[in-house]
Amino acid sequence: MTDPTYAILIAMLKAVIIFGVLLQIVPLLVYFERRICAWIQDRIGPNRVGPVGILQPLADVIKLAFKEDLTPQGADKWIYRLAPVLVYAPAVLAFTVIPVGIDLQVATFDIGVIFLFTISGFSVYGLAFGGWASNNKYSLLGGLRASAQMISYEVAMGLSIIAILMTAETVDLNEIVRQQWAAGTLGLLEWNLFQQPIAAVVFMIAAFAETNRLPFDLAECEAELIGGFHTEYTGLKFATFFMGEYVAMITMSGLMITLFLGGWSVPWVEIPTDPSIIDMALSVGFFTVKLFALLFFYIWTRWTLPRFRYDQLMRIGWKVFIPVSLANLGLTAIAGVLGWKWLIPLP
Amino acid sequence: MANHSDASEENQKRKTATSDPREKATYAVPVAKGLINTLKHILRNEPNTIHYPDEKRTPYPGYRGEHRLKRDELGREKCVACFMCSTACPAHCIEIVAEEAPWDDREKRPRLFNIDMMRCIYCGMCEEACPCDAIELTPVFNIPARTRAEKIYDKDKLLSL
Repeated sequence: MTDPTYAILIAMLKAVIIFGVLLQIVPLLVYFERRICAWIQDRIGPNRVGPVGILQPLADVIKLAFKEDLTPQGADKWIYRLAPVLVYAPAVLAFTVIPVGIDLQVATFDIGVIFLFTISGFSVYGLAFGGWASNNKYSLLGGLRASAQMISYEVAMGLSIIAILMTAETVDLNEIVRQQWAAGTLGLLEWNLFQQPIAAVVFMIAAFAETNRLPFDLAECEAELIGGFHTEYTGLKFATFFMGEYVAMITMSGLMITLFLGGWSVPWVEIPTDPSIIDMALSVGFFTVKLFALLFFYIWTRWTLPRFRYDQLMRIGWKVFIPVSLANLGLTAIAGVLGWKWLIPLP
Repeated sequence: MANHSDASEENQKRKTATSDPREKATYAVPVAKGLINTLKHILRNEPNTIHYPDEKRTPYPGYRGEHRLKRDELGREKCVACFMCSTACPAHCIEIVAEEAPWDDREKRPRLFNIDMMRCIYCGMCEEACPCDAIELTPVFNIPARTRAEKIYDKDKLLSL
């Protein structure tokens, strides 16, 4: 099976299926978000369009597609058009390296984590450009906040990932997943969530900030900035921003699962060297279950916590998360050099 | 300026801070408490929603909806066109034109009695002011119309309600 045509065909098929499923999760997620927030607030949520309201996202999209496509006066036209794409494309691109099943990913890179981190860092350009090009003071403030917030939280996030990479001694995401699997009843304890709890917590919270979700959605801030960077966007341009946010959520959750929650590995089931269809389905299914659990956590948190104030956000970022993740990194390094196996997992 | 706001912020914190030192030290405990609280709401799942067009709530007694004019036992309108209601009306939505009554027991009756339901604030002052108990607010609140003109109710409509 070394025929290059066959390999290209397989790669294309993988890309189409994985991206297709990824983009179909987005409307599902929008629906779940609206239903879960309704339950939290003792409401019912959308339940009219289709059975139990499942077609509501479709109705939303139709509505958005038929809206007038406005460009505000004095807007920087090309940057204004580019901004939604710059939010959406990196989020989708970053998903290419996340393994959703046994060695199953759109693009196999040896530098998985680094590629993902580089690409997802681009999304801040979209927010900043959107805020800048809209010719609106609120949007500009939103874009400014987005840049400041994402840059400061990216540092903490990167430092927490480095701690994982140091113990794993690889940046290959599949290899990181393999190292998190162990036989036995307590195999789950091999997950980096338990091996590197500080890094996991810092990463989780930084992921909230990176994806602009409450309690860190300072860039949007409906109350003060009337939507922030996307105030001036209508129709499908707004929809692109919106989808970018949700895809970024999925990507970040996927990364979180891969790095900290054992990825596609199925607990108590040996990782097969030559996976059959059943093994594959099992691993993809288990990944999906974890993905939806994390997405639920995202939504749950969003509708629980109020938004942080800007100064609180910056204080937490620079005075808590960066020192904590630096200390964690230092501790991991010392433990690695001295070979303290009781403290960190060493390969 | 910055120092001043910092100081007042500190005062605010001191006032609102709980006695539990763990809550002062970190956000973790309140965040966890909040998450448990919202999870309880999800699991309990007792929405307060009334599915409006399918199920309608019964208004409480004394609910102030749209008006009607009453008739007496002989089938005549009770209204004697005294203008008390239109005088009392804070929204000036009642328009009355009086004419001489053909009956012996009263001098006047309304020739025109229009209420602009779009202007009415449903305060019930007209009902309070009426000396003859002729105007009344019903619990009906959900009569839609396609034009504003349809929501100006005349005497016949008010009497027929």
